[in-house]
Amino acid sequence: MNLAWVLTLGALLFSIGIYGVIARRNAVLVLMSIELMLNAVNINLIAFGSWFQDKLAVGQIFALFIIAIAAAEVGIGLAIVLMIFRNRETINLDEVDLLKW
Amino acid sequence: MSGQEVFFAAIMVVSGISGALVVSSRNVVHAALFLVATLGAIAALFLLLGAEFVGWTQILIYVGAIVVLLLFGIMLTRAPMGRMALDNQKRVSAAVVAAGTFGVLTWLIWDAFGDERIPLKQVVRTKEIGASLFDRFVLPFEAISVLLLAALVGAIVLARKD
Repeated sequence: MNLAWVLTLGALLFSIGIYGVIARRNAVLVLMSIELMLNAVNINLIAFGSWFQDKLAVGQIFALFIIAIAAAEVGIGLAIVLMIFRNRETINLDEVDLLKW
Repeated sequence: MSGQEVFFAAIMVVSGISGALVVSSRNVVHAALFLVATLGAIAALFLLLGAEFVGWTQILIYVGAIVVLLLFGIMLTRAPMGRMALDNQKRVSAAVVAAGTFGVLTWLIWDAFGDERIPLKQVVRTKEIGASLFDRFVLPFEAISVLLLAALVGAIVLARKD
């Protein structure tokens, strides 16, 4: 199997995630797009890992670390989104402009 | 074209289409369900590449925990429906940025790794992952566990009503 095709799938999902982060205004949908980008990175790590065939399986270990960090990120992110909704009655990201002038 | 390449083509089509639907769907719950399809296809890709443990962890953590958490977030924030409520006015520039990123990355990948083949010979078993994780990478593992604990406490503190 060609390595470059797997990496191309990773690049495709990463670009889709970038589009979602910029174009969506609902905060939960932005978090979903960030999950897509993290998964694209995981695809790259696994593909290079099974290309190298190293004894320590470093690519898979780091993919597991990224999965754990993604879980922490989405937990904190949703807590912040819930608090913004409780205080402002909206989670539209272009209306949350307290730090903007 | 070998069987693995046929499977990979199917995975690429499924994850690409459902990933595009995640960022373009007009219904928030549908977007979450398309995210499940994308993550499942990526888990199948991990199994195809011989990463057995990571593939099942992907199903368990992403589909089992993170998507459920996102659905709770959708439920608790009463997201409105429709394109105007979910997308902002920067769709065209976002598409330009995403297409530019994809073009540059794809050109770079094919220039650097165009004729490299993945030698799909062996599956990395959970035993080898565990031996590597708890022998060589035990310090990062402990750091990640402290980070997860801190994130857990922080999420409870942030979301608590007081």
